[in-house]
Amino acid sequence: MSDFEKKIFEFKNRLNSTQDSKEIESIRTDIFSKNGFINSQFKKLSSLSEDEKKTFASNINKAKQELLEIFRSKATEVSDKNLNEKIKKEKIDVTLPENEFKIGKIHPVSQVIDEISCIFSEIGFSVEEGPDVENDYNNFTALNTPEDHPAKDMHDTFYLDENMKTLLRTHTSPVQVRTMLKGKPPFKIIAPGRTYRSDSDQTHTPMFHQLEGLHIDKNINMGHLKGCLNYFIKEFFEVDKIKMRFRPSHFPFTEPSAEVDIGYRIENNKIIIGEGDKWLEILGCGMVHPNVLKNCKVDSKTYQGFAFGIGIDRLAMLKYGINDLRSFFECDYRWLNYYGFDPLDVPTNYRGLSK
Amino acid sequence: MKFTKDWLDVHLKTNKSESQIIQKLNSIGLEVEKVEQVRNELSEFIVAKIIKANKHPNADRLKLCDVDIGKKDTLKVVCGAPNARDGLLTIYAPPGSVIPKNGMKLEVSKIRGETSYGMLCSESELKLSNESEGIIDLNDKYKTKIGKSFFGEKKGKNVIELSITPNRPDCLGVRGIARDLSASNFGKLKEPRKSKVKKNIKHNLKIKIEKNKNQACSIFGSCIIKNIKNTESPGWLKNRILALGLRPISAVVDITNYVMFDLNRPLHAYDLDKIKNKIIVRNSKKGESFKALDNKNYTLDKDMCVIADDEGVLGLGGIIGGERSGTEIHTKNILLESAYFDPAIIRKTAKKLDLNSDAKFRFERGVDPQSVNAGLDSAVELILEICGGEVSKFDVQKIKKFKDLEIKFDPKMASKTVGTNINTNEIKKILLNLGFTVKTKGKFLNVKVPSWRPDIFGEIDLVEEVIRIIGFEKIKSIEPDKKRTKPTLNYFQKHFHLAQRSVASKGYLETITWSFTDEKINNKFKEKLESVKIVNPISSDLNVLRNSLYPNLIFYLEKNLNRGFGDQALFEIGPTFTGKKPGQQITVVCGIKKQSIDEDSNLKKNDLVDVFHIKKDLVQSLTELEIRKEDFKVEENTPSYYHPGISGSIVSKDGNLILGYFGALHPKIISNTFGFEIFLENLVEYKAKNKRTKESLTFSDYQKSDRDFAFLVNKDIRAQDLTEVIQNIDKNLIKEIQIFDVYEGENIPSDKKSIALKVTIQSDHKTLNENDLTNISKKIVSTVEEKTGAKLRS
Repeated sequence: MSDFEKKIFEFKNRLNSTQDSKEIESIRTDIFSKNGFINSQFKKLSSLSEDEKKTFASNINKAKQELLEIFRSKATEVSDKNLNEKIKKEKIDVTLPENEFKIGKIHPVSQVIDEISCIFSEIGFSVEEGPDVENDYNNFTALNTPEDHPAKDMHDTFYLDENMKTLLRTHTSPVQVRTMLKGKPPFKIIAPGRTYRSDSDQTHTPMFHQLEGLHIDKNINMGHLKGCLNYFIKEFFEVDKIKMRFRPSHFPFTEPSAEVDIGYRIENNKIIIGEGDKWLEILGCGMVHPNVLKNCKVDSKTYQGFAFGIGIDRLAMLKYGINDLRSFFECDYRWLNYYGFDPLDVPTNYRGLSK
Repeated sequence: MKFTKDWLDVHLKTNKSESQIIQKLNSIGLEVEKVEQVRNELSEFIVAKIIKANKHPNADRLKLCDVDIGKKDTLKVVCGAPNARDGLLTIYAPPGSVIPKNGMKLEVSKIRGETSYGMLCSESELKLSNESEGIIDLNDKYKTKIGKSFFGEKKGKNVIELSITPNRPDCLGVRGIARDLSASNFGKLKEPRKSKVKKNIKHNLKIKIEKNKNQACSIFGSCIIKNIKNTESPGWLKNRILALGLRPISAVVDITNYVMFDLNRPLHAYDLDKIKNKIIVRNSKKGESFKALDNKNYTLDKDMCVIADDEGVLGLGGIIGGERSGTEIHTKNILLESAYFDPAIIRKTAKKLDLNSDAKFRFERGVDPQSVNAGLDSAVELILEICGGEVSKFDVQKIKKFKDLEIKFDPKMASKTVGTNINTNEIKKILLNLGFTVKTKGKFLNVKVPSWRPDIFGEIDLVEEVIRIIGFEKIKSIEPDKKRTKPTLNYFQKHFHLAQRSVASKGYLETITWSFTDEKINNKFKEKLESVKIVNPISSDLNVLRNSLYPNLIFYLEKNLNRGFGDQALFEIGPTFTGKKPGQQITVVCGIKKQSIDEDSNLKKNDLVDVFHIKKDLVQSLTELEIRKEDFKVEENTPSYYHPGISGSIVSKDGNLILGYFGALHPKIISNTFGFEIFLENLVEYKAKNKRTKESLTFSDYQKSDRDFAFLVNKDIRAQDLTEVIQNIDKNLIKEIQIFDVYEGENIPSDKKSIALKVTIQSDHKTLNENDLTNISKKIVSTVEEKTGAKLRS
């Protein structure tokens, strides 16, 4: 065995016998570095004859390839082994709690307003808003509710001045007035918002939410009103069929006026909407009174249409099984967490209203 | 409005059942609120057996009985009857029942220290006989009936209660209800009985309506009835009065009430002998007073309508009678009044005096002015029948003429409004049946409105009458068009929606709190704003409109703290008020966060809630609302409810608009709590003015380099001042500035601090060489030193 071969044999041995990554690195230096074995052998070439040169060079290259292969496989083997050992030691109790996160929630009333907007958007209504503080004219007079009339008794009004001219709106209907006064027909709007009545007991809160709807155009009649509300209720409760009845009623701002009941039954203490033989009053509606149109500078000979008002809180209660109206405004941490909606749960037409 | 089917039968000949009628009433707009059985009070008296009659421990004459009333357990009843003994079968009256003899309502009570659950009854107590010696001793036949009602469980009649809308006073009388039903093909309205009473005696009481300004009374009809024998009402009348939920008093009073509910025609009966000389209907003088039938004294304002005699006020016209002239059981001669009062004036007066009565309820809605005589006739007939006596001719004083309204009605309007074809003959028939007179005039109908319908003014009201009777179920539903011509949400509303969900996504729970709050708390947040007071608040701690969202949020945060929730993040998006005029309100998003510091837990400490935490929430939400960092600057002046040293305001770059505040809330208000506010109108205004369109994205692929600097600056120099100076050196080359350390303390003069920052430098056009980088670094150092007085730390 020549010195060259001996040396190579030695290197192979060294590589084969080690399991230490540092040793491997030092062998690598010994063999492949600038001043390592391979380079030192190449340097010898210059002193050799042409023939010897050729043979020797090929020997060096062969040896280099061979060593490189052994080195690589050894290096991989050792690093794998080390990594495996390290991994073996890295055992974590993953049942420990994850980093804390807080999920915020959207209030059911807000969620329901979004759902409603979504439904009415589909049939061409846009959202209008009005101020919470109103004047007596927009809240009552323009809406055909005369002074000193018992119809006013139905609204226990909060007043901001002794003359009873400024008040907290008792319904969202003044948005009708504002919308009509600032624009030109046709009108096709919904107006959700806060409303106020001086009333507080088991089923009444001094503040609550209403949704106003208004559709004025040429030839809008009660058939449209029926179709619109039927569509809305069906979509809102996400049922195929809905039992609905229109009962004549009285509101000063609509004529004819109706209250709408939906059918329901109780099953396991839960309200099932849409079927059954019980009736639940859910909204008031009617054809906008010609006097209201006149007060809002709309020509009632050319234009007519319908309006409706719905209690948003009540809709939320029915859809999401919330029993107590007052709990909506009590901000109980547990309640908000339980009945609130994930902020990413945005009602849309294509995904559907609820998850 | 309450009535029974048999009462309805007085006016309506119908073969429809009660339940059919109830359904029909609902469908024609007379909403049935409830149907309730009149309680048969006697059914509560139960056959019972004394198991053991023990001696009462504290009274020799009383016994403490164990009584079997057919339930699982026996009851203890204290009894004083000598015949109470073991095994006696008798009658038991439970707590809540009313003893017929004395009208006493039983309650669970302690008798000489022992609780007695009810009573064992004697025959006289149950009005079975006059026997009051001892309790009832039933024979053995009743052994099998223990627990059953002694008098049988005969059911009472159904009382139907309607919720009559304020436009339909005519249906505050049974006849009106009958008329509506007959118009709906539910039977025939019976003709009113013609009075056959002979009016023989003279009406010799002078009656005068004074022509005062705003005189509420325009008709005063009356008659005198003499020599009556007022008495208890007969059974049928009592039952009807009871069905109304009223208490039978005497025949005269019961009859006036009966006619009121029968015809919607309030009447009043005076004891004629108590009236001094004459009746004057006049406006009151300020300070006049009288004692009303409700036993209360009322002191009147000027110009309220009173019925008076020479001695003074007898009663408030149309509202309540007075005690002085009230009828009693021994009253012999009466004056019966049937008048008409103006709805608005009645309402005003009653409201001022806070007085309610069935008569007032009717007059303020509108009583038929033509029913004065019919009301007298009806009452007179009944009084004479029950109490006897002789009646005078009717005297009717009238100071105003009532003319029936005539409407020119285009019958096509019905079809146009309803959307379903309705034939003119049907319209005519319905109106006729409701009491309208209809004459055809070419294409139009001339419609005369009956005097009992004050709610009918014009054509549209007639349309409602027609469709109401036809039935809303006949209207054909028209599917809505799925067409959108206008965006659903406007620019502001989109931001509202986004802001709401953005803040919630940072872990805040959305609340909805009252728009009003406690003035005392609000004062801490109103700054320069004026309190907007509510004249009639629901309670004294909800007496002003809120000037800020904080008062209510803090109130509920503290409530939740008391419930044991230490870590909380709440927010609200809604109006705060800047004045009391409509529109003086802004939309604010307000978040509030509190962390309970748990010293033992290492797990939590890396997420400490501090001013930078709340600032992050705010800035992240602003970013999501597309307010970028270069759009705003942070300033230090904040409202007084924030901690003056640990709070900031977010101001638009041009300095014109405050977009929000953040920081620790003032420790005097609440400790260790952080909050932020976003002013949505300002934000949207800023965005609308600085609308950006998205340009196509360009970025540099040339190498970027970071250079670190540490500057020694005066303590009052703010990090933002430093970064602004650096940014402005070369906006093209300086891509990012990141502050990574602020240090005060050892090795640094006490009035200085060290700010360390990393500047990222990159050109869009070439790779910068060492020389370029050195130049820009030098420029950074020199500019910062020059503009802020800083020194580079070596």
